[in-house]
Amino acid sequence: MDARSFLFYVFAAVTVFAAVRVVTARNPVHSALFLVLTFFSTAAIWLMLKAEFLAITLVLVYIGAVMVLFLFVVMMLDINLDKMRQGFWRNAALGGVIALVIFFELALVLWFHFSDIRMVDAPALPPTYSNTQELGRVLYTDYVYPFEIAAVVLLVAIIAAIALTLRRRKDSKYQNVAEQVRVKRSDRVRLVSIPSQSKQASSGQ
Amino acid sequence: MTVTLAHYLVLGALMFAIGVVGIFLNRRNLIVVLMAIELMLLAVNINFIAFSHFLGDIAGQIFVFFILTVAAAESAIGLAILVVLFRNLDTVSVEELDTLKG
Repeated sequence: MDARSFLFYVFAAVTVFAAVRVVTARNPVHSALFLVLTFFSTAAIWLMLKAEFLAITLVLVYIGAVMVLFLFVVMMLDINLDKMRQGFWRNAALGGVIALVIFFELALVLWFHFSDIRMVDAPALPPTYSNTQELGRVLYTDYVYPFEIAAVVLLVAIIAAIALTLRRRKDSKYQNVAEQVRVKRSDRVRLVSIPSQSKQASSGQ
Repeated sequence: MTVTLAHYLVLGALMFAIGVVGIFLNRRNLIVVLMAIELMLLAVNINFIAFSHFLGDIAGQIFVFFILTVAAAESAIGLAILVVLFRNLDTVSVEELDTLKG
């Protein structure tokens, strides 16, 4: 077994272990942290497949941004853990059986069709090959419209996330400047005509 | 045993199966269900990159790029919905989201 295969088995084992812990961990914070480990070892596997740009993107964007968002939300919400775990083991048997069936069917098909393609069979890359450059060249020419649609999707996500979570507290006092500027004299001052009283009449009572 | 394309694809299949079982196990906890969906998307990405490498076609990596974009948007909106849900109902349990049930 060469060093490359050894590294693959190590990273794959870490990935699978962390993925199993993500779904079985008792505490959602632990789940999120194990998901970080899963992403990290997957990034290492992607590096072995010479997808350097995406591996770094996975670490920077996924671990750096998305998982931090997950951790933020998990820690912000106060979740009753025991209530969440009810029925965990009852579903485990059914879920495990279905997952095993899915895995063995997929593995059977994949193994018989692709197990003769070894690492050395992959097309050789020229020594000056730059993954980032190549990706950028294709992304900004052939895939420029999908790229712009992806930008719009991100914009929609920003607006939706802000619009959903925005709220005005009812108990906080704040200034409405537009209303203050718009105010007219008649809104604030009311002249009341009060008939004058004589000194005699008031003291006589 | 030297690594072949099938190794990477079987790893992807295994991750996908773990994601499926994660949805079964944590049916009540919406946050972990979102994490299981992330696992399944990651499994798909592993397959795309493996094929991209062994076929020498960069288009597979472009697809992974778009999947990552959509997954990030999905988790951002999903978590926003979760926060609003918790603010209104004080729970993230799927069991108690039966307002639409007659």
